[in-house]
Amino acid sequence: MTIILQITTVVVISVATFMLTRSRGARHQAIRRVLLMMFVIAAASSVFVPEWWTKAANFVGVGRGTDLLLYLLVLVFLTYVATTYRRFRHIEEQNTELARGLALLQARQPRTPGPVAGDDHPTA
Amino acid sequence: MTRTWVVVPTYNEASVVGDVIRDLVAEFTYVVCVDDGSTDGSADVALAAGAHVVTHPVNLGQGASLQTGFDYALLDPDMTEVLCFDADGQHQISDARAMIERLHAEDLAIVTGSRFLDDRTELGALKRLTLRTAARISRITTGKALTDAHNGLRVLRRDVLERVRITQNRMAHASELVDLLAATGMPWKEHPTHIVYTDYSRSKGQSLLNGVNILVELLFK
Repeated sequence: MTIILQITTVVVISVATFMLTRSRGARHQAIRRVLLMMFVIAAASSVFVPEWWTKAANFVGVGRGTDLLLYLLVLVFLTYVATTYRRFRHIEEQNTELARGLALLQARQPRTPGPVAGDDHPTA
Repeated sequence: MTRTWVVVPTYNEASVVGDVIRDLVAEFTYVVCVDDGSTDGSADVALAAGAHVVTHPVNLGQGASLQTGFDYALLDPDMTEVLCFDADGQHQISDARAMIERLHAEDLAIVTGSRFLDDRTELGALKRLTLRTAARISRITTGKALTDAHNGLRVLRRDVLERVRITQNRMAHASELVDLLAATGMPWKEHPTHIVYTDYSRSKGQSLLNGVNILVELLFK
């Protein structure tokens, strides 16, 4: 593995981390979709014209096209994990606010405010 | 005039929460039990024992329960401070009372309990080490010199509650709360508390694996 692939790896991991910490939005979603589309095309082409992959692999200093594909797959997967985690956290926050709002609306108050110690029978 | 609201997060504690709530209501009157989607009737037990009950429609976690309790207490314009109290009966009401008195006497905004300021609390060596390590790490990350960063007994003044919002629903909320409280820069003291580890509270997952979770969350939050 040469310096080109190492740099690529660092860049992709940095972008994944960046997306983890930065605000989401339509632009990020568009970028993600473009990347995913590129990945799909690349994956399909690897079946039909594997020579391209071998050439590309040699260019960046990886032995075989399949190895390059594996490295890329790892990077894409990491990005996927990062963005999914972020989206999951966002949904969790929304869910919490909804549940909390509902809980506060349906709050129940004790029948006799104030202490009435000892008159409750434990429910069996 | 001061008015303390007690927030008791509860999740499936029906066998103990009734007694805890009754004692709290007798002492403080204003008690809200946040039922975190219990399936064992904890909410009804708490209501019968004299608490206000707010029920999460689904289980969200203890951090979320605390925040819901804060929100409920903030609805009362006469509330001056909130006391957080665990539902499993491991805290002492006398400790809580002393902490509230100290908050007013010394004009503090935050008083949190610590197991390590006296030797009343009996802890296993490993658990002690875990908790001390957690406190040291939180000292590094927040700059706040605490002896016990994971004590459920806390007194928070109204102006603190208005500035703090817990977003970590689950395990990480204790560390997050320390961060948030430290960030307010408001006067904060620790108070010696006695935690009684009953067979019941031990069985509720206060295991060492929990300590692993705490450490991991402190490092990767």
